Amino acid sequence: MSDELEDLKRLMDAATPAPNAQRRAENLELARKSFADAQGSRPGARPTVMRALKARLTEGTKVMLNLLSTRGALTATTAIAAVAIFMIIPQTRDVVLSPTSTGESQFSQPGTVAGQRATMPSDADEMDLPEPVLEFPVIVEEARAPLAKRLAEPQAGLASGIVASEPNVPASADGDTRNLRFFPEQDTEAFANAETNPLKVTADEPVSTFSIDVDTASYPIVRSSLMDGYMPPRDAVRVEELVNYFPYSYPAPEGAAPFRPSITVMPTPWNAGTRLVHIGLQGALPMIEDRPALNLVFLVDTSGSMHDADKLPLLKQSLRLMLSELRPEDQVSIVTYAGSAGQVLEPTAGSERAKILHALDRLEAGGSTAGQEGLHQAYQVAESMAANGEVTRVILATDGDFNVGLSDPEELKDYIADKRDSGTYLSVLGFGRGNLDDATMQALAQNGNGQAAYIDTLGEARKVLVDQLTGALFPIANDVKIQVEFNPAKIAEYRLIGYETRALRREDFTNDAVDAGDVGAGHSVTAIYEVTLVGTDAIRNAPLRYGSESPAAGSSELGYLKLRYKAPGDSRSQLIEQPIFAGQGVADDDVLFSAAIAGFGQLLRGDAYLAGWTYEDAIALGTASRATDPFGYRAEAVTLMRLAQSLSR
Amino acid sequence: MMTSDEDLALGAADGDAAAFSMLLERHYERIFRLAFRLTGRAEVAEDLTQDICAALPGKIAGFRAQAKFTTWLYRVVCNAAEDKRRRQASRARATSGWGDVEKLRRAEAEETAEALTWLQLAMQSLPEDLRKTLALTLEDDMTHSQAASVLGVSEGTVSWRMSEIRKRLRAMKQEELAQ
Repeated sequence: MSDELEDLKRLMDAATPAPNAQRRAENLELARKSFADAQGSRPGARPTVMRALKARLTEGTKVMLNLLSTRGALTATTAIAAVAIFMIIPQTRDVVLSPTSTGESQFSQPGTVAGQRATMPSDADEMDLPEPVLEFPVIVEEARAPLAKRLAEPQAGLASGIVASEPNVPASADGDTRNLRFFPEQDTEAFANAETNPLKVTADEPVSTFSIDVDTASYPIVRSSLMDGYMPPRDAVRVEELVNYFPYSYPAPEGAAPFRPSITVMPTPWNAGTRLVHIGLQGALPMIEDRPALNLVFLVDTSGSMHDADKLPLLKQSLRLMLSELRPEDQVSIVTYAGSAGQVLEPTAGSERAKILHALDRLEAGGSTAGQEGLHQAYQVAESMAANGEVTRVILATDGDFNVGLSDPEELKDYIADKRDSGTYLSVLGFGRGNLDDATMQALAQNGNGQAAYIDTLGEARKVLVDQLTGALFPIANDVKIQVEFNPAKIAEYRLIGYETRALRREDFTNDAVDAGDVGAGHSVTAIYEVTLVGTDAIRNAPLRYGSESPAAGSSELGYLKLRYKAPGDSRSQLIEQPIFAGQGVADDDVLFSAAIAGFGQLLRGDAYLAGWTYEDAIALGTASRATDPFGYRAEAVTLMRLAQSLSR
Repeated sequence: MMTSDEDLALGAADGDAAAFSMLLERHYERIFRLAFRLTGRAEVAEDLTQDICAALPGKIAGFRAQAKFTTWLYRVVCNAAEDKRRRQASRARATSGWGDVEKLRRAEAEETAEALTWLQLAMQSLPEDLRKTLALTLEDDMTHSQAASVLGVSEGTVSWRMSEIRKRLRAMKQEELAQ
């Protein structure tokens, strides 16, 4: 231990008071009394006539309520009321933490339907709820409470509302907390996001620069939140990832270019006074047959928390799905960390399905022994597999525990970036909710030239690992940056929708040393600007009184799009340029649908630029532009919009 | 020989009142100590301990000896503290542990007010998960492995958090020296 910790421990020992002797005696007496009462009402002995309140509460809670009614003057009234509520709130995280959690994981099946998780009990003593739980108002609170807890938002007050409105609460109970500071609530989930891009005045700042983002993790997170019946945390919503989740068929590139931009200028659905400049990049899809051989190392988190059905078991099923896409010349290896450490499958040809399946089946979550060298080992294995012309990638699968052998996050990022430069890439697959470290997932995947995906259902696993195997695993262009220069004579104001976490400095556009996002084979990437034309009423920033020069007129261009990318393995970037004109392109279903999703994302984030546009409008636009939708992704999105509409009321 | 915690707890789970009583008396101080280290306020720790005493009879029925009793108990305390914190937070004038109004009791007596202020600031500056981890590991004989089991994270995560805590404490010290 370091000096600081020693000091702190010494201080803490000195500062820790002894418990108050009188309170101790009272508390012990209270506990004994509760214990005795609890014995008299074991679940088996519960009379069947006890319906409604008593029959549905856990026995401990029941005891508490008995006490409350029979001993109203007890000094502990408030605390007991509070405990009564504490007892019936299932804590989602307790599924992991609870000492009696075996068998509880069965509740969190993949594809959880709304409400299912909500009724999950947290402790064995709460597992014997004898009847359906929706008949009694207290239990309705129970259904809402864990969601609120996970959300860590003010609506957590649903449960405590009971406490607050409890008439017996003496004033002194509030005194305890009156002087305390507000402290933002924290959860073990961490999301990467930033403030919404502000409206920029073209005359002041005509150039907008950002890195493309092909991640899609935000959408499944939003989906799993909505499906569970609560609004997603604001920071979990990254608009560009919602938009990019969906396949679009923008015009494919011709010739040698790895991708092609298509620009559409269209009226903004949520603001009649502005226009959307929609930029769609379509990556080339090389002949699948000609794809290089793949070397994949799965680095699998087997810590105890991966035990849940929507974690390791789902991961195993996902990998099984993917096996059918592999070819004899591909190689797979599996390394585990945190739990059982080490290589569980040596590099094995894709054709040896039985051997790979066997290794998969043996994967087990459990224990908390640190597999410290997980990441090093995965990269070592990957390097031993690499050969010229092959694609080598480490795929990290975890529920948020990044204890992969390097304890310093910065060191970890550097290590991954270093390995990226030597040709081994990293992708991150996130599983399960509750401990998900989305921020770290994003950071690692970005540093590893990979995609961060969140997998909540087998369907999602199929989309990520099978349908998009090519895109996720074969980069066709690295460090793709977009720079748009707007013409101040035409555009008064503009804002970029989404990409908050991907902003680049203007000068970084031409600096090839600055890392940016990568486009995989067949990926499509969408970026949308909302622009306000000069001379319209929709301009939000009033003109300056002083020093505002009228911009040089002349050009009819709205702006100028520049793209930089590097061919894989190349260190010098190439440039694609294209002017933007008013009325350019056709707003087809792909474009309209992406605009509907962009609007939906902004609604979820509560952004300020939507001017009264509602979920209803998003649903109408999304439905109208659903097109053929062969996989049903768009129909699902409209369903989510409806859910959000109901939940937001 | 003293009956082990686990045997007592299993007895209590089975309805043995004497076992329950003995167990609680044996661990009352432990509960209170951790409650204090998590919340940083003696009164709050007293209340929290009371909550836990009231809730334990219901919870102990679920004890299955899959973990050491103390591990199980620490988990109960941590959850109760977390729950209380959230409940208070949602009532809008909420608190984190180690809020800024607490006068640590022995400060005046021992002329170490300054050092204790440092302790308070240090605890306050840590994010919730680190503070919780630290409060736990300050218990004597608490191994990273047991703390990990209490918190439901891997041992490596605890080690990572501890190194993060050290880093932050060191940074705090250096900042003070620089002033």
